[in-house]
Amino acid sequence: MNAVLLIEQVLNGLQLGVMLFLMSAGLTLIFGVMGLINLAHGSLYMIGAFAAAAVAGATGSFVLGLGAALAAAAAAGALVEVTVIRRLYDRDHLDQVLATFALILIFSEGTRWLFGSFPLFLDIPDALRGPASLPLGIEYPRYRLTIILAGLAVAAGLFLLIAKTRIGIRIRAGEADREMIAALGVDISKLYTLVFALGAALAGLAGALVGAIQSVQVGMGEPVLILAFVVIVIGGIGSIRGAFVASILVGLTDTLGRFLLPIAFGTFMDPSQANLIGTALASMAIYILMAAVLVFRPTGLFGAAT
Amino acid sequence: MIREPILNAVIMAALLAVPLWALWAGEPFTITLATRAAILALAAVGLNIALGLGGLVSLGHAAFFGIGGYAMGILAHHAQTYTPLMEAPFLIEGTKSMPVIWLTAIVAASLAALLIGALSLRTTGVYFIMITLAFGQMLYYFAISWPTYGGEDGLSIYVRNDFPGLNTLRPFPFFAISYVALAVGLFLSWRIAKSPFGLALSAARQNEARVRTVGMDPYRLRLTAFVISGAITGLAGALFADLNRFVSPTMFSWQMSGEFIVFIILGGTARLFGPVVGACLFVILEHWLGGLSDYWLVFLGAILLLVVLFARGGVIGALAGREATHD
Repeated sequence: MNAVLLIEQVLNGLQLGVMLFLMSAGLTLIFGVMGLINLAHGSLYMIGAFAAAAVAGATGSFVLGLGAALAAAAAAGALVEVTVIRRLYDRDHLDQVLATFALILIFSEGTRWLFGSFPLFLDIPDALRGPASLPLGIEYPRYRLTIILAGLAVAAGLFLLIAKTRIGIRIRAGEADREMIAALGVDISKLYTLVFALGAALAGLAGALVGAIQSVQVGMGEPVLILAFVVIVIGGIGSIRGAFVASILVGLTDTLGRFLLPIAFGTFMDPSQANLIGTALASMAIYILMAAVLVFRPTGLFGAAT
Repeated sequence: MIREPILNAVIMAALLAVPLWALWAGEPFTITLATRAAILALAAVGLNIALGLGGLVSLGHAAFFGIGGYAMGILAHHAQTYTPLMEAPFLIEGTKSMPVIWLTAIVAASLAALLIGALSLRTTGVYFIMITLAFGQMLYYFAISWPTYGGEDGLSIYVRNDFPGLNTLRPFPFFAISYVALAVGLFLSWRIAKSPFGLALSAARQNEARVRTVGMDPYRLRLTAFVISGAITGLAGALFADLNRFVSPTMFSWQMSGEFIVFIILGGTARLFGPVVGACLFVILEHWLGGLSDYWLVFLGAILLLVVLFARGGVIGALAGREATHD
C-alpha cells in the first residue's frame, strides 16, 4: 500500500460522498419540510441521467445534457408533487411508502418502455477527459475532480440558499411550523412544490454527473437511494448539515473499506481468504457504521433529540 | 357486504379449490402458481404481525425471507455435494429433510430479527422504515459478495427436499405442504391478535403513553412481535426456495420487501386475510398482465397508486366494509 493510492481512494470516497449529498439533501429537505418519505427519489436521479444521456447524445453537448437533466428532473418532481405527493402529506408513513413505491414501478418500467432495456452511455466532455496532475505527483481523472468541485459548489450554494435568501427562510419556517407560516400568508402548497422540485433537480443533477462514469440504466437510482437513506439516518433527518457530514462519512467509509479491509485482513491471514472476508465485510461497512451511530444517537448525529 | 369471517372462509376454500381443479384438469402450472401465491401470502402474514398489529412498517422483511431461503439453499447444497457444513468443533452435515430445514430457517430468521429488531426498534417512524431497509440491503450485498454459496449467481438445488410420506416432486403434494403452512401461519396470527400479548401490542401502536403508564414496555412487545414476524417470513423463504429449487440474492432485494407490504395493502391493512388476498391478486396480475405486456409493472404501479390514494381498505375493505375496531 502506498500513499498515492490511498489519496486516490480518499478522493474517490469524496466523490461518492459529494454525489450522495446531492441525493440526500433533497430527501432530507422533503422530509424536514413536508414530513414525507419519498422512495421515488431514486427515480428522479434516473430521470436526470436519462435526460442527460438522451440530450447529450442528440446534440453532442454535455452542458445541454446537464441542463436537460436539471429541467427534466425538476419538471418530473413538480408534476409528481402536484398530482400524487400532495395527497400524501397528511397520510401515515405506510401510505407514503406504498404510493412512492408505486411511483418507482411506474417510472422504472415507463423508462424501460421509452428507452429499452439496454443501458445508454453519456460521454465525458472532451475538456474534462484524461488525468489532472495534483501535487505530490498524484494523477487523478479530471472529470471526477470536477464532480467533487461541482458538488461542493452546489452544496455551498444550497447552504447559502437556505441560510440567506427569502425562500430559504420560508423553507426553514416550513420545517419549524407549517401551520404558522401558512397563517402568515405564505402560499404553502407552492412552497411545497418548489421544495420538491428543488430536491428533484439536485437528484437529477447527481444522476447526470454520475451517468457519465457509470452506464445509464433502469434501476440505477435505487442503490443510491438506499445509500442516501443511510446518510440521512446517520446525519439526522431534516438536517442539511447532518446530511453533508454523513455523506462524506459514508462515501469515505465505503470506498476506504473496500480498499483497506482486504489489506488489513491480509496482514494475518492468507491473501485469498483475507480478500474474501475483507470484501464481504466492506460491503457491510456503512451499515455497521449506521448501526453504531444508532446505538449512541438514535436520532442521528445532527438530529434533534426527541 | 359480506361478513369478514365468511369472506375469509371463501378465500381459503378458493385457494384450495383452484389447485384441486388444476389437478383434475391436468394443469400443473396452475398448481405451481397457487403454491407461489400461498408461500408469498405466508411471508406477508408474517410481516403483517409486525406491520398490521404492531404498526411497525418494516421495509426490510426480505432479510428474513432471504435467510430462510439460504438456510434451505446451504443445507441442501451440502447434502447434494456430500460435503459437511462444518467439521470443527463438531460435525454438521447438510440435509434434504424439509422439517429440519424449516426449523433451521425459523431459528436463523428469529436470531436475525432479534438483532435487527433490537437495533431498529430504538427508533420509530421514518427512521425505522429506513433502517430496516438498510439492514435488508446489508444482507443483500453480503449475499452478493460471499462467493462460497454462489455469490451473485445464487445456488441451484437439483432435487426438491423430502418430506416424510409425500412425493414433494409432484406439484400437488408440495402445494398441500405450503397451504398447510399458510393455514398454520394464519391460525397463529389470529391467536396472537386475540391474545393478551396481541392486545397489548395493538395498544402500543394506538397509544404508547398509556401502555407505558400501565407498566408495560412497548419496546419488548414490539421486539417480540418483530421476532415472531421474522420467523414466519423466514419459514416462507425456505418454502419459496424449495418451490424454485433455487436461491439467489434477489430474495434479499428490497423490491421483495416492498412487494410484501404491497400484498398487505392490496388485500386490506390490519385484516387477517389481507396478505392472502393481496398475494393471490399479485400472482394473478403478474401472470395475466405479464402475459399481456412486458411492462406490466407500470400497470401494477398504477393500480397500487389508485388503491393507496382512493381505496384505502383494499380488496377486503371493499367487500366486507369497515372494520369495527377503533383506531
